[in-house]
Amino acid sequence: MTPPIGEIWVYLSASPLLGLTVTLLAYQTAHWLYVRSGQRPLANPVLIAVAMLATLLWLTGTAYETYFAGAQFVHFLLGPATVALAVPLYTQFKRVRSMLLPISAGLLAGSLTAIISAVLIARLFGADLATQASLAPKSVTTPIAMGIAEQIGGLPSLTAVLVIFTGVLGAIVGGRIFRLAGVSDPAICGFSLGVASHGIGTARAFQQDEQRGAFAALAMGLNGLLTALLLPVFAGWLIQ
Amino acid sequence: MLSALSLLLVCQLCGEVVVRWLALPVPGPVAGMLLLFLLLLLREGPGEELRTTSQNLLKHLSLLFVPAGTGIVVHLGRIGEQWLALLLSLLLSTVLTLLITAWVMQWCAGRKA
Repeated sequence: MTPPIGEIWVYLSASPLLGLTVTLLAYQTAHWLYVRSGQRPLANPVLIAVAMLATLLWLTGTAYETYFAGAQFVHFLLGPATVALAVPLYTQFKRVRSMLLPISAGLLAGSLTAIISAVLIARLFGADLATQASLAPKSVTTPIAMGIAEQIGGLPSLTAVLVIFTGVLGAIVGGRIFRLAGVSDPAICGFSLGVASHGIGTARAFQQDEQRGAFAALAMGLNGLLTALLLPVFAGWLIQ
Repeated sequence: MLSALSLLLVCQLCGEVVVRWLALPVPGPVAGMLLLFLLLLLREGPGEELRTTSQNLLKHLSLLFVPAGTGIVVHLGRIGEQWLALLLSLLLSTVLTLLITAWVMQWCAGRKA
């Protein structure tokens, strides 16, 4: 006798298999759409996959924690993938060494701009303290940003979401902004994308070419470090 | 593939241990990245296996952000209340950061050349 469908659902919703499978399927569909659109930045695969999954969770009344029990296996790979960024960084090391001054100056300027402008604009439009603190580390990669948010009175899980939308936005507008600003050096474009939009900007940069990708990866690592060191020092003064 | 994955995990593990041990404000994976980078400098480059494994892992880097991004469902209430501040802050700050980083770098690179 076949069990009723409800029983199968009870089994599936308690197992990590479903969360993991739908994450991969949603991303594959989103990536397929992205390629089909001719890699248009607006068809960002993260954005589309998140929209599909959020709708699915809402329709099935599934709690995020239940979904994450499966999706955490994908989330975990962020660690080894961050370590793997050392490889493209090594292959571009010569170019990096020849650009030490622009890299340090750009990093400091970009890092401070990202933090201060995010908090001040949010405050101007009436965001509360927890939202301001969650926004402050929005340009650095998820695990670093969540740690900082916790330290300065933000909500780490909200920060994770804001970080990802910052990444998506940067990947969407980056190319257009660089054209408007008259910046064409792939190393500078890649680095700026990495400072503003961490890993998602880096993913977009890698899709263009390896030099952009390597500089974005470098910027992501350096901005993570710098923000982790700087932000806790002046967060109390900035967020009011 | 297998030995490259092990190497990545060992670097991350060492990174986590060092960061905790010295109480550094840096996440373990970033310390792991620096560690692997130093290793590559010593060994004068990645082997074929590490090169292809890291390429495959990085090709779909965006996939790895999907689970955290889906966390938006937990914060819909707060986002609904403060959506204008959040939207403007994310959009304007991202554009400003891109512009200022790129211009400062271009200016410095131009002065040197």
